[in-house]
Amino acid sequence: MAEVITFYVLAALILGFAALVVTARSAVHSVLFLVADFLCVAVLYVVLQAQFLAVIQVLVYAGGIVVLYLFVVMLVNLKRPAEAYSDPNRLGRLGLAMSLAVVAELGAIAAYGWVKPDGPASTLDAANVEQIGMALYTDYLIPFEVASILLLVAMIGAIVLAKREM
Amino acid sequence: MITQTHYLALSAALFFLGVIGVLTRRNIIIILMSMELMLNAVNINLIAFSHQWQNIVGQVFAVFVICVAAAEAAVGLGIILAFYRNKETVNIDEMSLMRW
Repeated sequence: MAEVITFYVLAALILGFAALVVTARSAVHSVLFLVADFLCVAVLYVVLQAQFLAVIQVLVYAGGIVVLYLFVVMLVNLKRPAEAYSDPNRLGRLGLAMSLAVVAELGAIAAYGWVKPDGPASTLDAANVEQIGMALYTDYLIPFEVASILLLVAMIGAIVLAKREM
Repeated sequence: MITQTHYLALSAALFFLGVIGVLTRRNIIIILMSMELMLNAVNINLIAFSHQWQNIVGQVFAVFVICVAAAEAAVGLGIILAFYRNKETVNIDEMSLMRW
């Protein structure tokens, strides 16, 4: 019972904050709702026995990425609203394609729920960090190194882009 | 009883909220934020499957997704800053030129 209540409260919070992110008039409000949304997702990760990911979510997303967004929102001080020249007709075809995708996805989820595959017995436990580290440094060593190169390139790219003179 | 289907439905709903944001908003900063929402939906999916199959690999991939999201945010916001310095706008409809 507690599991059900937790899930529905978290789902309502996550979707509510996400809707506010998308609809908020001011970009600063949007960023703040995004922080709240990421924190709720982190709690959901704890429910799903992914404690390490929950900590990473709080540190990297709520602590790092969102602060970066906040900096840019403050730097980009707009004199006129960004939404001034919006053309609603442009979205018709994309909207149709996306609604078809929603229908397909809901059908796939319903089919998956119908089949109801049973998972194996619990092997994810408190030694969550240990298991992730073991997988990262043995089976996924090459992707791990590629990810670190990606971060290095992104860092250099961001510095070059943000410099005053190109 | 909360099944896998519930988590998948939550993830799909979050993903399509992000898609709605990308399609309807014109402020490119909010569009990037909607993309972060979509990446988060993918992470929920990965971790829910990791929980169901009791396999750690889903969580390892979620770490990679977070890594790519951080790189994307850094480069994307750098591009926005460089663009804003030249054109004084963050409206995506005015971003139609490769050079000026």
